[in-house]
Amino acid sequence: MSESNAPAISNPVEYIQHHLTNASLGGHPKALVDFDVFFIDTFLVTVILAGLVAFVAWRIGKNLDPDKPTGMQNVLETVVEFVNQQVKDIFPNADRLIGPLAITIFVIVFLMNLMDIIPVDLLPGLVTGVASAFGADPHHVFAKFVPTTNLDTTFALALIVFALIIFYNIKSKGFVGYMKMFLFHPFGKFLIPVNIIMTAIEEIAKPISLGLRLFGNMFAGELLFLLIALLGFAWAMPGQVVLGVLWSIFHLLVIPLQAFIFMLLTVVYLSLASQGVDEH
Amino acid sequence: MNITATLFGQVIVFTLLILFIKRFLWEPILNTMEDRKARIAEGLAASEKGAEDARLAEERAVEILRDAKNQAAEIVAQGKAREAQIVEEAKDKAIEEANRIKAATEAELEQEVIRAKDSLRTQVSELAVAGASKILGKEIDAKTHKSVLDELVAKI
Repeated sequence: MSESNAPAISNPVEYIQHHLTNASLGGHPKALVDFDVFFIDTFLVTVILAGLVAFVAWRIGKNLDPDKPTGMQNVLETVVEFVNQQVKDIFPNADRLIGPLAITIFVIVFLMNLMDIIPVDLLPGLVTGVASAFGADPHHVFAKFVPTTNLDTTFALALIVFALIIFYNIKSKGFVGYMKMFLFHPFGKFLIPVNIIMTAIEEIAKPISLGLRLFGNMFAGELLFLLIALLGFAWAMPGQVVLGVLWSIFHLLVIPLQAFIFMLLTVVYLSLASQGVDEH
Repeated sequence: MNITATLFGQVIVFTLLILFIKRFLWEPILNTMEDRKARIAEGLAASEKGAEDARLAEERAVEILRDAKNQAAEIVAQGKAREAQIVEEAKDKAIEEANRIKAATEAELEQEVIRAKDSLRTQVSELAVAGASKILGKEIDAKTHKSVLDELVAKI
């Protein structure tokens, strides 16, 4: 603890920046969009969590007990029923993909958010320690363990949702109907250029708001944990403990809430996309 | 805070996970739960039907019991009536028999009397003939005086 806290006290900015830097392949990103870079830590954590979810799902789904559900099966049945009810309420004639999509988003976002509860220095400290043992410079070992504090993750989910929105739009309205929605949607046929801009903004705002909302919430939470971690010196210790506990409790609300909101909005957007052609 | 190639990796991971969950968790669990729901509903319906059946059966049992009691009472009543009838019949028969025997006896008695009278008459006529022949001193031919004798006999 003292080792990782030492630089924190002496150089808070560097401490925070260090914690907010990903372990990357292909150097650090030089622009807002830089496809030469690959964040290995975010990806690995996601893969491990996805693998965990898949493993549990497979184990439970393989030998379901229809009469006496026990343990994990109960938990999963509850979650499935909850998500299924949400989907039914929002999207009454949903096809068979919406439910699995919603539950996957809910569970994986929840788990990725939950990584935020692990003390901010624990896993990065571990990685740094191991890397140092192999002779790496600790100042150049980076690790960021909450995938949802990374725009790639949230926008990956948002992109999937966006693709499905387009798919369901075309499925329910036909390609021509979808194009007509852009041409005639908010203001009728006399303001076609305005309509195109308005509808495009409306459509693009959906994935962007999805991605940014989750990212913003989790990033802010992570940042606050880092700031609280800066209080880890002698007389501020009690403050750190109190604030840490409070923020953790608050964050425990934010974590499922954000997962739930992401799931709910996904279903809402897809439900909207599946409606027939509007009357305009 | 950048968009990088990780985006594509994440998209692939999430897509695979969604398909995996759909195939191995969502559908099996939903099917199981729907099966269970159907079976519970079935069981409840069956138990309701069973209770209804039991109620009906009880009603019928009560009805049958009542019928049986009624029948038993009826049979007893019939039995009693029949008993009285049999006794009556037996009495009648006995009286009839007694009357018959009495009549037969009376007839026999009468015949006996008649026979006795006949024999008496015969004897009287013989005596009369014998007495008359003794008085007249000669034999009276019974054949020639048959009408007289018959008259006599009828008079006795």
